[in-house]
Amino acid sequence: MDERIRTILREYGQLPLEVDKIGDDDDLYQAGMTSHASVNVMLALEDEFDIEFPEAMLAKGTFESVAAIRTALGELIGA
Amino acid sequence: MTEGPTFRDELVAAGILVPTASDGIYGRSSVYEDIVAGIERVVNATAASDGTVSYRFPPVMPRSVLEQSGYLSSFPDMIGTVSTFSGDNADHKRLMEAARSGGEWTSFLQASEVSLCPAVCHPLYPTLGGTLPEGGRRYDVSGWCFRNEPSLDPARMQSFRQHDLVYVGDAERARDNRDRWLQLGAEILESLGLAVEIVVANDPFFGRVGRMLAESQRSETLKFEIVTPMHSAEHQTAIASANCHLDHFGEPFGIVTAEGEVAHSCCFGFGLDRITLALLRTHGLHPGTWPATTRDRLWS
Repeated sequence: MDERIRTILREYGQLPLEVDKIGDDDDLYQAGMTSHASVNVMLALEDEFDIEFPEAMLAKGTFESVAAIRTALGELIGA
Repeated sequence: MTEGPTFRDELVAAGILVPTASDGIYGRSSVYEDIVAGIERVVNATAASDGTVSYRFPPVMPRSVLEQSGYLSSFPDMIGTVSTFSGDNADHKRLMEAARSGGEWTSFLQASEVSLCPAVCHPLYPTLGGTLPEGGRRYDVSGWCFRNEPSLDPARMQSFRQHDLVYVGDAERARDNRDRWLQLGAEILESLGLAVEIVVANDPFFGRVGRMLAESQRSETLKFEIVTPMHSAEHQTAIASANCHLDHFGEPFGIVTAEGEVAHSCCFGFGLDRITLALLRTHGLHPGTWPATTRDRLWS
């Protein structure tokens, strides 16, 4: 799952540094991800994992790190 | 119990606004336009003293700006594009037949390269691609905007005017200019006798995507509005706003600071129609009877 998350971040996160250099808990917004980019990450995650984030999860915190995204996806996929 | 006339009824009865067949599209009387001109004079004087470069763009712009600015993804329900006819004689005949029979003649049109302008500063950014002078630059732009939100509320027009003060340069100065203009704007509006308050803005971003963008806008306190009680004290109406864009425009339009960084920007927008309406609401429909201080500020 982590590699699929990182692939999406590489493609849609518009991060100014290599995604491989970002730790699991590093703050993606501090690393340079804009709110518009995080929206594209959100949409790409929905496509990739065939899920829909409920309204309550449509917040910055859900996408603030690789670990946070993994936790959110875990809840939705029930893995 | 019958309700009294609305503010819109009063404006129409006084001949200040002339309604049309489309909600939110009005003609304006000279009484109204004199007020707009007075506000423009005050704003122009402020802009000039701030060393701005002044431009006026038409109310239409290249359609591509909607895509690059992100407006299309944030507010798809608000946009308007221009459609034109490029058919032959046979198409013309069918178009006229459709119009005669009350049919959908617009289906014979194609979207052109041009869209209506949703915010008065948007046509500016694509013209700034390249490297800015040392310290960045300030601009002022004024003109007509369109947003697809037909309403009977005169404060929610589909076609209205904004006057924006824009700074493009480094991140720190962008935030500083926004904060300074926000205070200055509030002082100007207060000097016209309006009761104003500064609040964090809450733009109506569209759909699920919009929910995330709205949350970011609020939590990052990027945009503020100056509100005044137009209809009621509980539901105040925004008459101006101050927005820090970060590199939202600098990045897609290739605007770079003298130091080689992607430019940040901010703008302060005076809602000319809403300020005019707020003045008419606050001081009455006859500007001749307005407080001398307001009259002097606008017209002397």
